[in-house]
Amino acid sequence: MKITINGQSKNFDAPLNLYNILEQEEVIGMMIAVAQNGNFVPKSAYETTLINDGDTIEIVAPMQGG
Amino acid sequence: MTQELKINNCPLQSRLFLGTAGYPSPDALAKSIEAASPGLLTVSLRRESKAGKGQDFWNIIKGFDLPILPNTAGCSTEAEAITTAEMAREVFGTNWIKLEVIGDDYTLQPDPYRLLSAAQELINKGFEVFPYMTDDLILANRLSDIGCNILMPWGAPIGSGRGLNNPYALKLLRQRFPNKTLVVDAGIGAPSHAAAAMEMGYDAILLNTAVSKSGNPAQMAAAFAKAIEAGRGAYLAGIIAAQENATASTPLIDKPFWHQEG
Repeated sequence: MKITINGQSKNFDAPLNLYNILEQEEVIGMMIAVAQNGNFVPKSAYETTLINDGDTIEIVAPMQGG
Repeated sequence: MTQELKINNCPLQSRLFLGTAGYPSPDALAKSIEAASPGLLTVSLRRESKAGKGQDFWNIIKGFDLPILPNTAGCSTEAEAITTAEMAREVFGTNWIKLEVIGDDYTLQPDPYRLLSAAQELINKGFEVFPYMTDDLILANRLSDIGCNILMPWGAPIGSGRGLNNPYALKLLRQRFPNKTLVVDAGIGAPSHAAAAMEMGYDAILLNTAVSKSGNPAQMAAAFAKAIEAGRGAYLAGIIAAQENATASTPLIDKPFWHQEG
């Protein structure tokens, strides 16, 4: 299935949960937060959040800001 | 002497709120924070990859152990701003959010309608909303009505360095909200701009570009810290009213030739 992660389209084998995606992106353990299709997903729900074909995932971290 | 500022019972060591963006180097950022001793630091969220750029930035910031105010910079809809705020709450472990909902790409003027709507939803979700807003009195009333404890009117467009574009409107907000925490956010260019806002009775100044893009950010950060403290002290002391005519400051009684006879 095709998933867009931080604006880049990628192919993954189904089925997947959000934690699997974050593992494959090598960001587990980092100070991050995630949104699926524009909706915030709390850390506690990563393993129970299923990923569907066409989903968009945003992974964010601290950055400079004014 | 200048009375401590508290937000949600959190005492802030200074009335200078400092942004962390646009410094020439991480070292310049760190030195500027040291020089400013700010009350809080503003930060943002951006996309992260396995390279971990955001983690490096956070390692600099966390060492200062200062209160953190995340922003929703770049958001132009309620949905974007709300999701960004929720992500920020988890990442930074704070319910404080500087709510930016931009309505115009050229002036970065906040969209008052979407700001109000997003603020309402975030307050319902338990956030302490610091709304970045225009200096409009009616908008301030509406934001106050829905439960904003802090209001952050702009001095001028973000990064413009123009100072206080509308002192009348800013003074009016201070007069109409005597007990609310008011912060001038954005547009400050020189320490004198910050001092002028503090002399009006504003509680704090939020600035970034004026420091980060100056010739010597650390030196400028120190200059702003002094200006903000000076402005606060002047406000508390009570500034004299301006008048049209001169009033001699030196007493005239018993000056030489005073009322000489003959």
